[in-house]
Amino acid sequence: MRSQDSDALPISIRGVTKTYGAVHALDDVSLEVKSGEFITLLGPSGSGKTTLLMVIAGFTRPDCGSLKFGEREVIRTPPHLRDLGMTFQSYALFPHMSVAGNVAYPLKLRKLQKAEIAERVEKALETVQLGGYGDRRITQLSGGQKQRVALARSIVFEPRILLMDEPLSALDKKLRDQMQIELRHLHEKLGMTTVYVTHDQREALTMSDRIAVVNKGRIMQLASPRELYERPANRFVADFIGDSTFLPVERSGEQVSYGGMPLKFVQAPPDTPTLALMVRPERIVLSSEGPREGANNFAATAVEVVYQGDSYLLHARLDDGTLIALRGGVRGASLSALPNVGDKVTLTLAPEDTVLIDGSEA
Amino acid sequence: MQATPANASGLRVDEKLERMKLFGLSSPALLLVLVILVIPVGWLFYVSFLGGNGQFSLENYQRMVERSSYMRIFRTTFEVSLVTTGLCILIGYPLAYFLSQIPPRIANLCMITVLLPFWTSLLVRTYAWLVLLQKQGLINEWAMALGLWDEPIKMVHNMTGTLIGMVHIMLPFLILPVYGSMKAVDRDYVKAAANLGASPRRAFWDVFFPLTMPGLFAGTLMVFILCLGFFVTPAVLGGGKVIMVSMKIVSNIELFVSWGAASALGVVLLALTFAILWVASRFLKLDQIAGGGH
Ligand SMILES: Nc1ncnc2c1ncn2[C@@H]1O[C@H](COP(=O)(O)OP(=O)(O)OP(=O)(O)O)[C@@H](O)[C@H]1O
Ligand SMILES: [Mg+2]
Repeated sequence: MRSQDSDALPISIRGVTKTYGAVHALDDVSLEVKSGEFITLLGPSGSGKTTLLMVIAGFTRPDCGSLKFGEREVIRTPPHLRDLGMTFQSYALFPHMSVAGNVAYPLKLRKLQKAEIAERVEKALETVQLGGYGDRRITQLSGGQKQRVALARSIVFEPRILLMDEPLSALDKKLRDQMQIELRHLHEKLGMTTVYVTHDQREALTMSDRIAVVNKGRIMQLASPRELYERPANRFVADFIGDSTFLPVERSGEQVSYGGMPLKFVQAPPDTPTLALMVRPERIVLSSEGPREGANNFAATAVEVVYQGDSYLLHARLDDGTLIALRGGVRGASLSALPNVGDKVTLTLAPEDTVLIDGSEA
Repeated sequence: MQATPANASGLRVDEKLERMKLFGLSSPALLLVLVILVIPVGWLFYVSFLGGNGQFSLENYQRMVERSSYMRIFRTTFEVSLVTTGLCILIGYPLAYFLSQIPPRIANLCMITVLLPFWTSLLVRTYAWLVLLQKQGLINEWAMALGLWDEPIKMVHNMTGTLIGMVHIMLPFLILPVYGSMKAVDRDYVKAAANLGASPRRAFWDVFFPLTMPGLFAGTLMVFILCLGFFVTPAVLGGGKVIMVSMKIVSNIELFVSWGAASALGVVLLALTFAILWVASRFLKLDQIAGGGH
């Protein structure tokens, strides 16, 4: 087993652009992935996530830009010399080889001893909970099993850089949760620099050291999960991660107000021409005793109450017509105190939860 | 007593009906096969066992074993077929590979030129080669004009001419199935191999080539079997020096009016072809090569 850290490599991407005709699949992308870091690319379909992975792996030749693994410039290095592990969105398991044959292939190329190959293959298969499946044919596997074989194949040779393109998308929730933990463990143990692609924002939030939100070939924000969620850089990021309602606000000097009401907030608003108030459903609170001192209060009318088992969702209309969502707990008496449709309610937002962001449509 | 499962009998009836419909739909085709294939072959079989006096006899087969000329003809037939097939693979596989890698629009254009020979008469193509290859033909004259060789080279009315013509005519039969199987190989497979550390050459031999084996196998078999019964091209370009089974059959009928002898040759050729097919399907389990996926 290799020692940690010393072997992991930082990835440095600078000014990478890739166009397909008029489409900017990647638009001047720069990204520094630290040694041993777990970075997730998160973004809507067609935003360029796969293209960026393909550039790192060497299968897509960008129009321009620089790519470094450590100190080494690799933008012109052919893929088979880049020595990184990758799982393909299509799995790309060789149909003419068995499961073990697939997983053993990178080890055979590296001319390892037969006994060691067998041992490492079995260990990799056990890691993805497919111990004893070595003799199966690829065509006899379910989608989720294929995905796990692909994962085993990409980690069996302990690459210093691992690229994963939605490696868990075909798994059911329970198995996916297990594999997420397994992947984290693996990452901690082997310490490889990891670039991960997913559509699942919860997966991104739980697994990553940092998340890069991608849209239309550009990185909208690169930040830790917490910062991304709490302090999104713009409306696109705020909208894409978690649910949120945006309320228009006006700024005059130091003061920011919504509908004439000055807002109390802790974090200074960004220095942009327009501002918007971001309201997350789980941060805004239903106040049973009317407006609360020291908080921002909003008068609204209950439109719909949805019971969801672990929580309830209240849709309320503000006086200016904006529909706002509120998620509440179901502990103790709070369920029985829920408003009826049509009731006047007061929603309150603590100053700490009052997040002002760039109001322009990015 | 258990209750009968719901709809079991009804579903069985449906199943039966479906099968009958399938049979009904395919019966005209089956009838056609019977009339134009099974009956003539049966008759051929019957005639081959008739002696010169019209009685049952094995003399047609005996002659084949006894006379060395027959053995030679069979050997020639197999040699020509094997070499033609081999050359077709050597030329056709790389060509198909090239076609499968270039942009589809250009590939389609190239494919038309590959298929063009199918639309011209076999006889025309064969005589065209005669014109090109003969002593005062285009190739000899140009080569001598360019100083490549001084004396006209004999490229026709011999084995060389036969092979050139046959390879040309058989090539599409190899290229088509190979090209098809190459197009069916997901490009991600080769990428994955490269990503795992395989050089382009390794990726080709470890991944791409095995996955195109079914197409190559189908094309090879088709070319080889077509070659075994080929007549026009060896007859015209071989100039009587390359005698294949099909030509012997013709001469048996035209020269000696011996239907029995001709039929016996036909039966043996047919039996050999079936034997080859059987062996091929035994030893090369097609579905396993393809991983059962294609
Ligand atoms: N080979 C190609 N030719 C032309 N356009 C392409 C090609 N590959 C990608 N694109 C375009 O580049 C853009 C980015 O594609 P990409 O596959 O990177 O998206 P993605 O973020 O991985 O999407 P998804 O989440 O659906 O996998 C898309 O608009 C796509 O249509
Ligand atoms: Mg993708």
